[in-house]
Amino acid sequence: MYLANLFGRFSGGNVFPTSLVTAAAAIGVVILIIAILLLITLTRRWTWLWREWLTTTNHKKIGVMYLIVAILMLLRGASDAAMMRLQQATSVGSSHGFMSASMFQQVASAHGTIMIFFAAMGLMFGLINLVLPLQIGARDVAFPFMNATSFWLFAAGALLINVSLGLGDFSAAGWLAYPPLSELKYSPTTGVDYWIWSLQIAGIGSLMSGINFITTILKERARGMSLMKMPLFSWSVLGAMVLVAFAFPILTVTLALLALDRTLGTHFFTAGGGGNAMMYVNLIWAWGHPEVYILVLPAFGIFSEVVSTFSSKSLFGYKSMVWAIMAIVVLSYGVWLHHFFTMGAGANVNAVFGIATMLIAIPTGVKIFNWLFTMYRGRIRFTSPMIWFMGFIFLFTMGGVAGVLMAVPAIDFQLHNSLFLVAHFHTMIVSGVLFGYFAGITYWFPKVFGFRLNDKLGKYAAYLWIIGFVVAFGPLYILGLMGATRRLDHYSAATGWHLLFVTAGIGGAIIACGIAVQFVQVIYSIIKRDETKDITGDPWNGRTLEWSTASPPPFYNFAVLPVVRSRDAFWDMKHRKDLPESEIVALHLPKNTPAGLFIAVFAFIFGFSMIWHLWVLAPIGLIGIILTVLIRTTSGEHEEIVSVKTINQIEASMTSWKDYARE
Amino acid sequence: MSTKRKILIIALPVLVVIGLLIVFLSQHNVPVLTPAGTIAAQERNLFVFALILAAFVVIPVYSLTILIALKYRESNKKARYEPNWDHSRVLETIWWGIPMAIIAVLSVVTWTSSHALDPYKPIASVHSTINVEVVSLDWKWLFIYPNQSVASVNQLAIPVNHPVHFYITSDTVMNSFWIPSLGGQIYAMPGMMTQLNLEASKLGSYYGSSANISGKGFAGMHFEALSLNYQAFSSWLHKLSQSRLSLNIANYKKLARPSEYNPVAYYKDPADNLFSDIINQYMTGAKL
Repeated sequence: MYLANLFGRFSGGNVFPTSLVTAAAAIGVVILIIAILLLITLTRRWTWLWREWLTTTNHKKIGVMYLIVAILMLLRGASDAAMMRLQQATSVGSSHGFMSASMFQQVASAHGTIMIFFAAMGLMFGLINLVLPLQIGARDVAFPFMNATSFWLFAAGALLINVSLGLGDFSAAGWLAYPPLSELKYSPTTGVDYWIWSLQIAGIGSLMSGINFITTILKERARGMSLMKMPLFSWSVLGAMVLVAFAFPILTVTLALLALDRTLGTHFFTAGGGGNAMMYVNLIWAWGHPEVYILVLPAFGIFSEVVSTFSSKSLFGYKSMVWAIMAIVVLSYGVWLHHFFTMGAGANVNAVFGIATMLIAIPTGVKIFNWLFTMYRGRIRFTSPMIWFMGFIFLFTMGGVAGVLMAVPAIDFQLHNSLFLVAHFHTMIVSGVLFGYFAGITYWFPKVFGFRLNDKLGKYAAYLWIIGFVVAFGPLYILGLMGATRRLDHYSAATGWHLLFVTAGIGGAIIACGIAVQFVQVIYSIIKRDETKDITGDPWNGRTLEWSTASPPPFYNFAVLPVVRSRDAFWDMKHRKDLPESEIVALHLPKNTPAGLFIAVFAFIFGFSMIWHLWVLAPIGLIGIILTVLIRTTSGEHEEIVSVKTINQIEASMTSWKDYARE
Repeated sequence: MSTKRKILIIALPVLVVIGLLIVFLSQHNVPVLTPAGTIAAQERNLFVFALILAAFVVIPVYSLTILIALKYRESNKKARYEPNWDHSRVLETIWWGIPMAIIAVLSVVTWTSSHALDPYKPIASVHSTINVEVVSLDWKWLFIYPNQSVASVNQLAIPVNHPVHFYITSDTVMNSFWIPSLGGQIYAMPGMMTQLNLEASKLGSYYGSSANISGKGFAGMHFEALSLNYQAFSSWLHKLSQSRLSLNIANYKKLARPSEYNPVAYYKDPADNLFSDIINQYMTGAKL
């Protein structure tokens, strides 16, 4: 009896995966982790890893770690997608494919959850960390320790969701886990709990990041950089982070209420017992809709920088762009009901939310025209970031039209939860978010690592992605119009859907080739890094402050903080040959701390215990978090001084545009 | 490569794809675009109207993108280069204005169509209205005909040109009741009743399904919707009334147990107030 309490759900059986595919995946992950640990041990890199990465508070290193985790998660999500494409291409009529229904539903739920929370969010926070402080001329974020904690919580959530491969199962209730299906009565296993706790832990990290970056943007800008002189990427981040700060608390509360229903037997969202599932659907989308714009706004910002830089022209309609971002921020809170026009809210309510949704198309359309007129009368260099941008313009416009169609409630009744909807939001998220981040990674890669990525391979990857996307998702639009709903693990031959599902599968394979080329691109570029070395710190003839320091930048970013006189601050500096004259002084910079890592470890223990009902271990995790925070906040000195001599030494060892401007 | 050849290389596959698409669509049933019901037809018309309206933005965007990208590429030194030309009040007014105008038109259409096609609104007709009570179960659909005192599982029959008023609930998790050939869907939720009004305008057999994930047997939760002439509908009802099974509480409980890819089944004499009792289980806790 007591023993059963101690081991929680582990004493109930069904712990290890029964499916061959899941078991193989789990074993693969374990082998990978062991191999990495072994490699670190053999090369005696533990101290280096601890000092340089695990305890770092440097925003650039945290950014790199975000990207690494996010790319791993992108691969996991892409494998899930490949499995779904394979299942749907083969599971027709008498054949039932290679996955059981419940496994297919787990894979589908994992795909959506992982792609949004861990791939897209990770890429976004990675890029923001890498670029934002440099772009506004700051030495770090406002709260470096909190930044590290955010990252480690994100990593803990990512780890927790992948533990479900080997221990227990994952949620089969869709990526947003609507009750009553996600309630204990209908999903009695650990699946939904994995979903709740991995998102809860990562989500709190995201909320802290949101607060951190808002503060950073408002308080840490270089002298002279008024808000209306701030680069568009920074504006888009400000918009996105305001959305994070107001939307993520809703997610936290919603997940907590669902967790209470499942663990303590409350009735917030149950069928019966006074629960109301419709409340959950409203709450989750009150977070979920802003979330879409959280992801896409920074991508818009990236495209603004990329288009302006590679057209060698200042961004067209800057003020319009800023107003458009802010209009999107405000409007995105008022449209959540369009995700469930079919719940029977009534004509007045549906119409109001439908019209509010269409309004968002206005500022978005304005942004597209402004990008096009940035190119107009420019000198466009079609590098791979520009190819991603061109793909984005064509696909995003099409996806936007599909979105406006579905904003009309009477049309939505015929498209809701069909594959037309699936195709629509993939068009928006893949072309808008993912292409944007790929462009951003290519664009800022030399700043972070000191050498450029191979452009030709980057272009091939972009072409494969764009063509693959059309082949994979074009058929889904038609399938939706043919009545095919989402998340089907099987369909009858009489539907006539088979050919289109096979085509979609081929498209998926083309995208997989694109991903493969991206890996080849990175490896090839690393091997040939001497040929594309960035010695000026300004490989693209850039316009904003991040290009004014060396590549990679010193840990303090700027020896002398820049002073901003105009919107394209660095472009302006270059043309006036405006070299900073003020003297180098000693700097106070944040010390390394392992506290963020420890908090995340305890959060992981707590989440894992809540999933498996380990009531002895759970309080240990919780107390561990509290104690770590207390010890960290009451301990003395968190900053160290970097002397003028050290800075001079570092400055002498690296080159940036200033060294060339002097000549 | 010359610019003309580049354009050709891009244009050719696009044309081939459009050709294949036309061939495919002409050979397959695309219910949302080729409706068999009055509501679905109006929803299709709305879809086409909105699509045409959207073309007023899409065509300029696509043509501008291609033209600007071609003309202002770096290698074309003849093109004008004005690195500091970065705003124009006239141009920006145009592209704030045009989308606003389009959305204004679409907003009016949205408002009127939301009311005209409100799923709860009964369809006016000279023909009598058929009432059907729909219950989603794990994992099948139960259709109760309260006035005719029969019920069926995974097969729905309705008389053509007669308005049908569906009253919908769920005795399990949430589902969504959708017959794309006849018109849009609405959720089926436990403890709640939603409504849907549809009317078939053509004879035939149509695909219906649940559009919202509901667990293991979700993919098998589709049904056949038969649109019959009134005589055939009457004999279908008669066939049901001759069924061995009556849908009393005991048989209903048996039916409600989870089952996948449930075959079509017919019942006579559903228990009195079965539909409202199913809903009330969740509201008052009253057991069936």
